[in-house]
Amino acid sequence: MSSVIAAENLSKKYIIGHQTQERYTTLRDVLANGAKRLTNKLLHPFAAPENDPAHEEFWALKDVSFDIQQGDRVGIIGRNGAGKSTLLKILSRITEPTSGKVSIKGRVASLLEVGTGFHPELSGRENIYLNGAILGMSKAEIKNKFDEIVAFAEVEQFLDTPVKHYSSGMYVRLAFAVAAHLEPEILIVDEVLAVGDVQFQKKCLGKMEEVSTQGGRTVLFVSHQMGSILQFCNKALLLHKGEVVQTGPVTQVVNNYMNPSAKNMRGFVANATSLRKDICIVKAQSYNSEGNPAVNFTHNQPIVIAVTCKINRWVKGAEIRISVRDSKRNVFTTDTELIAYEGQIQGELRAMAVIPAGLLRPEEYFFKLAVYLPNITIFDLVEDALSVTVMDGGSKYAASEGLDYGCVFVDCKWSIDNFSSSSLNMPQE
Amino acid sequence: MCTSQHTLIIEAGRAERHYWRDLWRYRELFFFLAWRDILVRYKQTTIGIVWALGRPLITMLVFTLVFNKLAKLPSEGVPYPILVFAALLPWQFFSSAFSGAGDSLISNAGMISKVYFPRLVIPASAVIVSFVDFLLSGIILVGLMIWYGFTPNLRMLTLPLFVLVTFAAAMGAGLWIAALNVKYRDFRIIVPFVVQFGLYVSPVGFSSSIVPEQWRLFYSLNPMVGVIDGFRWAILGGETQLYWPGFLLSLFLVLLILVTGIVYFRKTEKTFADVI
Repeated sequence: MSSVIAAENLSKKYIIGHQTQERYTTLRDVLANGAKRLTNKLLHPFAAPENDPAHEEFWALKDVSFDIQQGDRVGIIGRNGAGKSTLLKILSRITEPTSGKVSIKGRVASLLEVGTGFHPELSGRENIYLNGAILGMSKAEIKNKFDEIVAFAEVEQFLDTPVKHYSSGMYVRLAFAVAAHLEPEILIVDEVLAVGDVQFQKKCLGKMEEVSTQGGRTVLFVSHQMGSILQFCNKALLLHKGEVVQTGPVTQVVNNYMNPSAKNMRGFVANATSLRKDICIVKAQSYNSEGNPAVNFTHNQPIVIAVTCKINRWVKGAEIRISVRDSKRNVFTTDTELIAYEGQIQGELRAMAVIPAGLLRPEEYFFKLAVYLPNITIFDLVEDALSVTVMDGGSKYAASEGLDYGCVFVDCKWSIDNFSSSSLNMPQE
Repeated sequence: MCTSQHTLIIEAGRAERHYWRDLWRYRELFFFLAWRDILVRYKQTTIGIVWALGRPLITMLVFTLVFNKLAKLPSEGVPYPILVFAALLPWQFFSSAFSGAGDSLISNAGMISKVYFPRLVIPASAVIVSFVDFLLSGIILVGLMIWYGFTPNLRMLTLPLFVLVTFAAAMGAGLWIAALNVKYRDFRIIVPFVVQFGLYVSPVGFSSSIVPEQWRLFYSLNPMVGVIDGFRWAILGGETQLYWPGFLLSLFLVLLILVTGIVYFRKTEKTFADVI
């Protein structure tokens, strides 16, 4: 296997102006600034040239090197501003690197936006041709795929209607459809699957997968949805502030991305005042299955919650409770009786609970902790003591992140009984 | 399109060796863009076509009235409307191509920041749109000739050459303004001024023969003078004379604008996506 994309020390610098929001200037400003500088120089000829505080260098990419092999489906991940889009723009030749070099073998098509160049006044048919040409398809190629594109977009009846009369769903579907039928050797896709309806997104992801696995094509895919990345990619490249942090198999890199540092993972630590209660919660922490502190999980990982209680005066029958809520509602509550040694009066107890893998849907969850004596008193209660984020680890619902499918996955042990006689069975594909 | 496994190298400051080959490969996009703009232009407004025909017609009527009937300028032995229209054709082609190309990059900013293609395609297709308008208004000239029973002579056959010169002038100026407009947005304001001012300093409403002999060469520093004179020479035939030194000077300037326009455009093109 040879590498189809090889990047060496790629860097890209932008100059950011602080005064203006826009990146372009006006001649008026250029002349005015020039005149100002000139008069300054004439008045103070020996003064050191002042640093222009309005302009600052910003390295969107710094010394980025990587190799991508033929047939790889590489997810590019990183926070906003990590340099993902800049990298894609350089690879698709939209902008030039400031330094460094990339060599690319094969024809590249990049899809950084859905429906680039669509014109509202033109009909669906006209826009298919136009958009195809913009994405780099030849007229003959578009003609060959035309029916397929139309069928994929499900807009047959509206082919000759100007797209300004399309619903936004139809518009996006048509745009996706053209893009999905691109067949380059290297496909570069930015966050485009974030729009459009869920069913159609799935269809597109499926189509892309089909194209890349069957044709041995190389795909670079940027997304903030870890679910889509895990589902679609086999490798990943993690960028942070313009630098490559990690490359490798997708699960490793995604894991690393989701649990970046020990910071913010301290969990809950009580302040001193609450130590006066009979039983109080002093510490709480979420762990992954390997026993390391973690706050980000994929839906198929168990979440371990450990709560440490300090007993100042033992009360028999005390219970500990964990209430889990997401941003909208309580999801479930679980509790157990605290057990102390016979005759124990003081000390620390640690209660552990495991939230099974494959239960919580991708969401952010908050944990309320309480120690209480049922129906009598509450010793200690901490609202939102912990929070964890569950991300999709490649479930069927990956493409529908953000949609409300309920708060838990449930294995319902489905079974289908078929009562029709076999002759009536329609042939199934 | 090209399916061969060629290796593409992206590097800072690397003059793209394949630029002109790429431009050829993207010819279909060029046609599609031109076709889109033409389609939109004539679709958007029901009066699209009326506008394309009406504007030069009305201008011609006003110019004939002002320069011929009121100012009593000489007409070189041809009907004054034809004299005016023979000049109005290249001028309107030039001015609309110039302002169209100037705006073209900005109005296609979305495409520029999202897709790669040789950027030259955009202003070039804007020039093509104006060329279609030019061909349409050519119909009026034919109509005028029939109306006045005016028959052109064999010089008419050289007209395509002068059209080519107009093309070069429109393209060169268009590339300059398009590239400058991306970087310095206030060039937008300059364009209408140049177009309006140019109409008066170019021999559109009058024949350039009224310019005193000793000033003719100086007058030809305006490249549109040569272009318009060439058009009149080819269309009007008969006694019209072409002032050759002036024409060659204009031709040289047109080529200079075209070449420098391409060079400047190519030089700034790489940064378009960053600043647009």
